[in-house]
Amino acid sequence: MSGILNSSIGRKFAMALSAFFLMIFLLQHFAINLLSVFSADTFNEVSHFMGTFWVIQYLMQPVLIFGVIFHFVMGFVLEIKNNKARNISYAKNNGAANSTWMSRNMIWSGAAILAFMGLHFYDFWFPEINTKYIVGDMSGQLANGEFRYFEELQHKFVDLWRVVLYVIAFVFLALHLLHGFSSAFQSVGANNKYTKGLKGFGKAYAIIIPLGFIFIALFHHLNH
Amino acid sequence: MNLTLKIWRQKDSKAKGQMVDYKVTDISEHMSFLEMMDVLNEQLVNSGEEPVAFDHDCREGICGMCSMYINGEAHGPDRGVTTCQLHMRMFNDGDTITIEPFRAAAFPVIKDLVVDRMAFERIQQAGGYISVNTSGNTQDANSIPISKHAADEAMDAATCIGCGACVASCKNSSAMLFVGAKVSQYALLPQGQVEAVDRVKNMVAQMDLEGFGNCTNTGACEVECPKGISLENIARMNREYLSATLKG
Repeated sequence: MSGILNSSIGRKFAMALSAFFLMIFLLQHFAINLLSVFSADTFNEVSHFMGTFWVIQYLMQPVLIFGVIFHFVMGFVLEIKNNKARNISYAKNNGAANSTWMSRNMIWSGAAILAFMGLHFYDFWFPEINTKYIVGDMSGQLANGEFRYFEELQHKFVDLWRVVLYVIAFVFLALHLLHGFSSAFQSVGANNKYTKGLKGFGKAYAIIIPLGFIFIALFHHLNH
Repeated sequence: MNLTLKIWRQKDSKAKGQMVDYKVTDISEHMSFLEMMDVLNEQLVNSGEEPVAFDHDCREGICGMCSMYINGEAHGPDRGVTTCQLHMRMFNDGDTITIEPFRAAAFPVIKDLVVDRMAFERIQQAGGYISVNTSGNTQDANSIPISKHAADEAMDAATCIGCGACVASCKNSSAMLFVGAKVSQYALLPQGQVEAVDRVKNMVAQMDLEGFGNCTNTGACEVECPKGISLENIARMNREYLSATLKG
């Protein structure tokens, strides 16, 4: 593994693999969150399953954490290496003439998503880990015996400032995905007759998923 | 037309360069960009100043020598052309044109607008060839059947003139379009298969050694390439490299 990471193509490939994994995770995360709009009970049951099933908790969760850390650490490493590859900047550079803003600013959209993840972990992941593995309460229930997941979700979106921050973060997520989706396929060598269709699907994914997350945040803010 | 030129002047590879302003007058819109540079240099020589050093050879868009970054784009604002094929009709009377050398740590400036692109040569030497016995018993090329599609794709890749516009345009100074084209032109043909594994591994290793950046698929290289080399060549190189790595 470390051998292939020493080459530029190997690093691209590893970045793409972690991106695929994160995009699949994002889809799954979105699907479960969307349940909260339609049925609080179903959302509670699925959340409890995801939060207590050992395969998810002890196998998938560490892989996810590794994938997230790997993706952003490698992103910063590549950015530093790439900056070194041009020791003198152009006095005049017309980047917009040949590439999209999204493709040229992946590091900034990525950094914004990383900052958002700090807030997201503070809001949901750290309290969850504390309740389950430090306090030791695996019941997933409130004092009144009802599941706590839907209640906690709605409570988080009471504050308007938090909703605004989430919306901004999802806009950056959309910008990141608008380039990242098709870029990941190119990095693994997939550029063929399906590329045009794949790019269209990627654009739809990059817009629909973040828009869906924004809808869910607004829905709970307006219906708490 | 009358123009103001902002040109990077650098005495030698060790000197610190700077942008210097020049005025040129009565430039015909039918001139090529290099002919406009010739007019400027005549002006400079006549006034006892050092002419601007720039690379050029064929002036037909084939040699890939004329490496200038004009108004923020490799080979200027036109598409599918080298600097020698860029005409002054692309500019307007009174314009200010910024002219810089191709910028990359792997392409050090030798003087003014001339950069050292030997890094490309070293990448080619690492594997951009096929070993053919030419001692008199060479097989006739036409005796090896090649599909029209493969021949066309290989020829498209082989049209890369190694000018370096891909490196200059890429925000990461990546050379992957150049190396992708050179790997592809052999990977697509039966003659290239024998050395395919070593070729891609050695060329990519040399590319990394030269200090080029990592491709992030912005596609700027494809847009600015004077020969229209496609990003498909980078994808093919990626596949070839990953496959070669798995084979050991």
